This record gives sequence, structure tokens and C-alpha cells, in this order.
Amino acid sequence: MDLELPPEHASFRDGVRELAQAVALPLAAEVDRDHRFPIEAVNAAAEAGLLGVLIPREYGGLGLDALAFTLCIDELARACASTSVIVDVHTSVGSEPILLFGTDEQKRRWLPRLASGELLGAFALTEPASGSDAASLKTSARRNGDGYVLNGTKIFITNVGHAGLYIVFARTGPDERAAGVSAFLVPADSPGVHVGQVFKKMGLNGSPTGELVLEDVLVPVENRLAAEGQGFTVAMRALDSGRIGISGQALGIGQAAVDEAASLMKGRAREQGDDFTLADMATRLASARLLAYNAAWLCSAGRPFTRQASMAKLHCTDTTMQVALDALQLAGEQGTFSGSPFERHVRDAKALQIYEGSNQVQRIVIGREMIQ
Amino acid sequence: MDFDLSQEQVAIRDTIRELVQDRVAPRAAEIDEKAEYPKDIERLFAENGILGIPFPEEYGGISGSSVTICMGIEEIAKACATSSLILAVQALGSYPILVAGSEEQKKRLCPPLASGESVAAYALSETGSGSDAAAMKTRAKRYGNEYVINGTKQFITGGSIAGTLVVFAQTDPEANHRGISAFVLERDTSPWQALKLEHKLGIRGSPTAQLVFDDVKVPAANRLGEEGAGFKIALAVLDRSRPGIGAQALGIAEGAFDYALAYARERKQFGQPISTFQGIQFMFADMATQIEAARHLVYLAATKVDAKASDLTKVASMAKLFASDMAMKVTTDCVQILGGYGYISDYPVERMMRDAKITQIYEGTNQIQRVVIARSLLK
Repeated sequence: MDLELPPEHASFRDGVRELAQAVALPLAAEVDRDHRFPIEAVNAAAEAGLLGVLIPREYGGLGLDALAFTLCIDELARACASTSVIVDVHTSVGSEPILLFGTDEQKRRWLPRLASGELLGAFALTEPASGSDAASLKTSARRNGDGYVLNGTKIFITNVGHAGLYIVFARTGPDERAAGVSAFLVPADSPGVHVGQVFKKMGLNGSPTGELVLEDVLVPVENRLAAEGQGFTVAMRALDSGRIGISGQALGIGQAAVDEAASLMKGRAREQGDDFTLADMATRLASARLLAYNAAWLCSAGRPFTRQASMAKLHCTDTTMQVALDALQLAGEQGTFSGSPFERHVRDAKALQIYEGSNQVQRIVIGREMIQ
Repeated sequence: MDFDLSQEQVAIRDTIRELVQDRVAPRAAEIDEKAEYPKDIERLFAENGILGIPFPEEYGGISGSSVTICMGIEEIAKACATSSLILAVQALGSYPILVAGSEEQKKRLCPPLASGESVAAYALSETGSGSDAAAMKTRAKRYGNEYVINGTKQFITGGSIAGTLVVFAQTDPEANHRGISAFVLERDTSPWQALKLEHKLGIRGSPTAQLVFDDVKVPAANRLGEEGAGFKIALAVLDRSRPGIGAQALGIAEGAFDYALAYARERKQFGQPISTFQGIQFMFADMATQIEAARHLVYLAATKVDAKASDLTKVASMAKLFASDMAMKVTTDCVQILGGYGYISDYPVERMMRDAKITQIYEGTNQIQRVVIARSLLK
């Protein structure tokens, strides 16, 4: 047993930290305030190869594992949560399904462009009436000669408008539930692909979230990912490792909150009540960190990790929500002023309990596995 | 990075698990009810080498690894917290010797403990000196080649049955915590008195004694480290023993969880097992997640003990704090899941809830753990 990070992972993390602190952190307050895409940070991440962390070297990526991915998102989130979710969605649910389920031809065609950042990835599963119940999605994919015609509206799509490639889940039938869902690679410039409403949110303001409208979008058969009817399997597997990324994001936001609170407290008279709050924050975060590392380590080793990823997502995000609130409490009124990192962390953290499977869904996943 | 136990550790765990299921679990309710020290379990552990886990092979033991110790404590605590203390206190009472003893002292004092011929205990607390260990009044005065100890120690786990006792006493009361020294007392040559055994909420089979030292003579050769090194030794020992308390809390929680889960699958209300209700499922999901999180923190601390890591103090406190708070919550929720049956002594979960409470208190209350953690974060 050895629960320390391997040296090569620690040094990779240090490199990401340096980049994130230098480039993403100075932008964090501004992209939040102005609701603007942190293009400088995303470009810097692309130049450092961080958009291809999981993509093998033969396709132009860094060829690293799930643990490195977790550390990458963690460090980006510590600097700027918006930047981290853009990179996280691109890397995990936006690119990894091609790596896991794509044909050689699909990999050769898409992975190098995703790894370099030429294309930003996105994942279009959720619909207005299909959230936690993803198998009930309605977007249709009608077979038409050598391709499919997609129609429907996707909602809450991260990276909408900036993505170059969407992985879209649509119903090919005939089954009305999971077995009728297929996955498609849909370039953003395909005729009929429109960005609908882009939402104003309480947090993660630098990361666009909105509707993706598909109107008679023609998708060639070579852009179908995995077999017809396998789409739900693709989505669920993507979300398993996506949850590790969200865990990393939570760790980064939580660590920033702990560090900022500690730094504030060092500059004022010590109160034991505050000390205790800080001790609890750091302790819970330490336990959450290990759950995330464990899920990532299992995933990297090719072992089952669904339950551990759900536990990590649940505990990391619940912990970070509480840690962010506690840090704000420690900061006091000045922490609530716009532009303060403390209030931003609270707004950013909330999304994490909801997306990539709400924490209620995580509890269902964990409970189901134990009780059956 | 490797989250798995070694093959050797798995083999030790499986042996302990089997032994615990066959011999310890059936005794747990009775040990609690009668509040009697389970000498039979102590002998069972001695015969099967379990009491040798805290010691490296060169001192007659089988491991010496904190990960292995924690694993053993966790396994035993799943069935019986009292019995897990037999191993935990063997480790606690031996750490001062292993940490601060000379080679001669280790070679002389450890083998009888490793074989289980003798059990160890650790006497630090006093009536007026709990969290504030430096305020102790017990006095050790040197006369030639021996010290004479006078004073009273309070809340000493296993102090009444131990054959080997590490006692902390002031050799230079003016010097405050820098005047504390540590001594190893062997019952045959330095007999102490156990006056009062406490009646307790939990871990009722584990004797908690008030110890009285009335001109107890101990050879100078049994002083650990230099005069005045006692406080440092005490802190170093706590760094090593706190992961073990975390492991104990973890085991108690897992025992309660496993019982409640099996119960919820069987128990039918409104025509279906209560495990099919989402409200109950969510409780299990939260408990399992918290247990898993605590487990990793406990074993992180244990690996840091073994690696002599520089951030051990903080992580050991975090493991103890998180795991014991978790165990209190989980055992309380398990009683809730069993409802009225959970509250009665025919079922084990109320005992587990009572046993969990002490893990938040001893080897540094959880308030002390927070002081330690905050100090390291704000230094």
C-alpha cells in the first residue's frame, strides 16, 4: 500500500499548477464578472497539451492516465473553476468516448484535432424533459440512406457555441428506453446545428451552458459512435470517468477555499472556533481527495470503478459545497462582496452537486450496487 | 500509488477475519453485558500471533507495520470493539519502547510482548491532566540506579491487567513539559496498584483503571530516552496510535453498516423490504461513502507512520477525527434503520453506537485533533 502520488504525477501536477496560477487565476474574477469565455487560459492549456491529457501520444495527446487527468482538473479549478469545467468536459465526456468506443478511422480523424485544442469537445445528452432519466431522451436520429437525420433540442450543454465537435445522443429506436439510443459525432459546423439560448447562471460564468438545437442535421454513418443501440452504454461509461473529473474540480475549488481562508486567518487574531472550522474543512477535503484518487487509480488500472467514481463525486462535491460556505463564513461580510473569491467559490461549487449526475443520482448508483 | 494491501497483509487479514467470526463475534454481546475483560480472547490473539503484529521480526514479532496493525484492529472491531483494544493497546503500550527505546531495551522488553506472554499499557492521563498532558503531577525521583515513582494515573486502558506499563512522570517538575520522562514498568519487579475500574458507556469489556504508584521502584535502565524526553515521546506515540483509533472507529462503523444492511434486506414493511425504499437507500449510500472516505484517510495516516513522513502529525489527527466522527454518525444511523430493534440489546448495533463514542474522546479528544490540525495549517 502506498497512498502518495507517484513522483511523475506530482511533477505533472506542479507543472499544471504553475500554468494555472500564472494564466487562469488572474482571469478568474473577470471571466466570472463579465460572463466571458476564458480563451487565454484555454489556449494556454492547449499549448501545454492539457486538452489531450487522456489521448494517446500516437494521436497527439499526452497519453496520461485518469489520475493525471484528475490532478489537471484539480489544479485548473483551484485557479479558475470556469476554465476547469471547460477543459474537463472537453477531455472526459467530450473526447474520451471516441478513445473508448471509436473505430480506428474515427480516432485518427478526430483525436488529434481534439488533443491539440483545434476542436473543443462537448457532450449533448440532457434534454429539457430528460435529465436524471437520460434513457427517456427524445432527440431522434432517423436513418436516411448512408446517414442519419437528427432532430431535437439538447439543454445544459457545457462548451455550447465554442465546441467544434458535439457527441450527441439520439434515439434510433425501436426500443423506447436505453436500448434505442445511439451516439453520434456531430461537427458544430454541420448544417442545421444551432446554438439556442445560452443561460445566465449563478456560477461558472466563464463556461457557456446552453441549448443545442438540431434541425434536420445530416450525420454520415461513419460518424456514428459504437453500434446502433449502444449509445446509452457510451454515455454511462463516459459519465463514470466524467465523475472523476468533477471530483477533481471539486477538490480544486475546495482547496482554493481552504487556502484563502487560512491565509486570511494568518493575518488576524486567532479564535479557536475559527481554527476548528478550518480543521474540519481541511480534514473533510483530505478524505475527499483520497476518494477521488482511488477512483482514478482504479480506472487507470482498468478495474471496475463505477461505485468509487460515484462515491468520489458525491463526497467531493458535497464537501466542497460545505467547505466553500464555511470559508465564506470565516471571511465574514467582505467575503460576500462581488469580486471576492469566497462568494465566487460558493456559486461555482453549487453546480458540482448537480451536473454529471446529481448527487441524488450518485446515491442511487451507490445504493443500487450495495443493495442488489 | 497502490491502494491494495500486500498479499502477506491479505493473508493476515483473512486469518484474523476467520478467527474473529468463529471465536470473537459470538462472545461480543456477553463481553459487553458482563463488562468482563475477555482473557480468553487475549489468549486467542496471543496464540495466533496477533499480539505480535506491532513488532518487527527482530524483536520477536511478525510485522511492525502500522498498515498491518490498523488492518488487524479494523477487522476485530467489526465484531467487537473491546477485543480490538487488546491489539490497539498492545501497540500503544509498545510504541514508546519501539520509538524511543535503546536496542538493548527493545531486545529485552519486546519479545514477551510480541509473543503475547505479557500485555502492554500506556499511562499518561491523570485526574487533573487530560488534554493538558504537561500538567501531570506523578513524580519520579532518582536514587542511584533506580527511580521511585509516586502518583496516580487515570483512565488507563488495560492498566489493571498489563504486565508491562509505560508511565510518564515528572523528573523535573520545574521544567514543566520538558521535565517529563518515560519509564517502562514490569509488573513482577515494579508492581503498581489498580484501584478502581470504571463503569462505562461502551468498550465495557476493556478495563479502564485508576493506577496508584506508591513508592514504585523502577531501574534506571528502564527509562526511555533521556530525562525530560517523555513529552516528546508521548506525542510521537500519539502520532502512531491515532491511525489505530481511526481503524477501530472504521471497524465499528463497518460492523454496524453490514448488520443494518442485512437487516434492511430482510425487514419488510408496507409489503416490501425496507431496503427498497429510496430514503433508506440514500442513508446506506451516504454511510458507505463516508466509511470509504474514512478508510482511505486512516490508511494514508498508517502509510505515513511507516514512511516516517513529515506531515504525519496532521494526517494522523485528520484520520482519527474524521473516522471517529464518521463512526458516531454511522452507528447512530444504523440504530435508526433498525428502529425499535436497534435500540434493544438483543441486536448489536446499540452496542456499536455506545462503543463508537469513546473513539471521539480518547487518544486526544476530537477537539484536540482540531487544535493539532489547525496549528499545522496556520503555522
